[in-house]
Amino acid sequence: MEIVLVGLNHRTAPVEVRERVSFTVEQAQQAATELRERGILEETLVLSTCNRSEVYGVPPEDVRQSAGALATYLSSFHSVAPEALSPSLYHHYDREAVRHLFRVSSGLDSMLLGEAEILGQVREAYRMAHSNGGTGPVLNRLFQGALEVGKRVRSETELGARPMSVASAGVKLAERIFGKLNQRTALVLGAGTIGEQVVSQLRDRDVAHLYVMNRSREKADQLAREFGGKVIPWGEWDHALNLPDLVVSSVSSDDPVLLRDTVKQAMAARKNRALLLMDLGVPRNIDPSLADLYNVYLYNLDDLTEIVRQNRAAREQEIPHAEDIVDEHVTKFLSWQASVEIVGLLDVLRTRVRQERAEFLRERMEMLAHFKPQEREKIELLMDELLEKLLMRPAEKLRGEKSLHKKIQNVDALRDLFLKDREKP
Amino acid sequence: MECRPFENSKSYRALQATTVTQPTCRVPPGGLYFPLTNVDRLYLILTVVAYGLSLSSYLRYLVTGKDLAGRVGTILLAVGLCAHYFALLERSRGLHTVPYHDLYGSLSLFGWLLALTYLGLEVFHRQRSVGAFVVPVVIAFFLFSHLAPAGRIVETPAKGIAFAFHVTLSILAYAAFALSFVLSLIFLAEQRLLRTRHMGAVIWRLPPLELLERMSQSSVIVGLVTIVIGTALGFLWVDRLQGTVLYYDPKYLATILVLVLYAAYLFLARSAAWRGARASKLCVFNFLLVIFSFTAVNLFFSHSHRYF
Repeated sequence: MEIVLVGLNHRTAPVEVRERVSFTVEQAQQAATELRERGILEETLVLSTCNRSEVYGVPPEDVRQSAGALATYLSSFHSVAPEALSPSLYHHYDREAVRHLFRVSSGLDSMLLGEAEILGQVREAYRMAHSNGGTGPVLNRLFQGALEVGKRVRSETELGARPMSVASAGVKLAERIFGKLNQRTALVLGAGTIGEQVVSQLRDRDVAHLYVMNRSREKADQLAREFGGKVIPWGEWDHALNLPDLVVSSVSSDDPVLLRDTVKQAMAARKNRALLLMDLGVPRNIDPSLADLYNVYLYNLDDLTEIVRQNRAAREQEIPHAEDIVDEHVTKFLSWQASVEIVGLLDVLRTRVRQERAEFLRERMEMLAHFKPQEREKIELLMDELLEKLLMRPAEKLRGEKSLHKKIQNVDALRDLFLKDREKP
Repeated sequence: MECRPFENSKSYRALQATTVTQPTCRVPPGGLYFPLTNVDRLYLILTVVAYGLSLSSYLRYLVTGKDLAGRVGTILLAVGLCAHYFALLERSRGLHTVPYHDLYGSLSLFGWLLALTYLGLEVFHRQRSVGAFVVPVVIAFFLFSHLAPAGRIVETPAKGIAFAFHVTLSILAYAAFALSFVLSLIFLAEQRLLRTRHMGAVIWRLPPLELLERMSQSSVIVGLVTIVIGTALGFLWVDRLQGTVLYYDPKYLATILVLVLYAAYLFLARSAAWRGARASKLCVFNFLLVIFSFTAVNLFFSHSHRYF
């Protein structure tokens, strides 16, 4: 009932390796099935995101042997030479594997600390594996625990509470001013990378109308198609600034494209309806002096970056709290695992003892041939009773042990003392 | 609130001749308004504890953003409202009169109606972040009304359904205006933080600026409607009582001014260049006028109003 994990992530592997070892949904199913069919794992789950590819499993034999076989399988599945892959792979067993998964689901192991998407990806991977019969009692329990940890960390800590990218900070600021953005209008000036990210986030929030302005009409048409917006010819500021609630500017220009007088006139025309200006251009696209205009909110790249920096620091302060939650659930899982193991171990022990008893009696009874069958039966029953009594006390002690560490130690000791070659229960 | 005794309801001269400085007092001087029974104390403690815990939950929600804390805050506020209601009821029974016959009773009722209005607004707008700012005001009014030094209760002919609605609706209007005042202050503070780019942890928990404006306007609408009805009922009650309407009580002037300024706020906040911070500042100013009307006008200028 041990757990093995073999995988790689953004910390151990460069993107060139990660993209070669990533799994599509179909590939994940295929790999999980093959791993079970080949007897490498009894239970299997493949978790593959843009930043990680990991295989979780319950091996039938020794975990370390299974980990080796799993690594070999991964390299052959993705046609990557083992020597090229192995430096990027990490192997975790039991406690460390559990802890790793719980940290992953809570966002502690993510490239963007506390990101929310990973919990959904873990949930989806589990759902797929469960519906394909890849998971059994151990992985079911493990992944249900991981989802619980993820939810708790998000609800009880600030780890995922604040925006962590310039684009999301800009959109969150817009929400501070306007509330929900699904009835709002946005104007996009130019086509910088961060500007595109902001637009993508605005689209995710179902912004009602999107307008695009660009010096090049051709480029503007292309952007409008890409973003699903409408084009406003460059320079028609009176019209353009009357429409939007927020303006995202990332124009490549040495001089500001939005001047104070232009915006001042526009604000008068729009009866001072609040206007959020996000200047993501370098050099700046919007005259900084218009920040003091009534009901105008102006943020440039530095402002948004500073917000992200503050938020990152705030998230980092939450790591110890999140780690505590992870540790609590790791202990809970291991305790469950140990309890299940105790039951299995005692069953194996009981079977073994009965076998020994049967063998012992077979040898001795030849010398005691004068006993009648009823007497022999009685002796067998008495021996069974004695052996059961002998087993009862350690069993109760094992079950009643409060300290998880001691419980696991006792299970190991029992296994070492009474079972051959650390026989698995 | 207390209406001046109308010793001769047919004559305004007689009305003017009476003063509240010579009331009939039914409680011992120097003590509380009325002797607190164990039940009164129980409701007093229960109300303070519920409001206090509600405030703590709302603050937790504001700082951590945990939904559970916000929900607990709402539930505890509702519990506090119930306890506060029974505290008011017991107090009225003890005094054998409505709770607004004295300044402190009317302040307690004001606090209760403020909490009630806020709860309604919270449910309507599904926004809990404001609770942390409103509940302290409710607690302050409740404690002030119950722990302040003794006052005197005046025997008055102020009774009847019209009078009760007149007073209750007027105090409800003041509570709604108080709520819009708090919302406007939050708006101004949040806008300042946004414009000066001083983002802390709390700003991500506060309601959006536009929602604050909408909530403030909703609150002012409640206040305007109730004060109009309440004032009309007041005239009706006075008319019935003495057969004539008084036109030159300074309280009427103050009330009309409050009405006009809040109507102006509603108009300016929605349609003109004043939308945003300017309208919020006007709202803050209007409430200062309400406080002036509630205190100075009532106590020093009004002939027929004392405590609301």
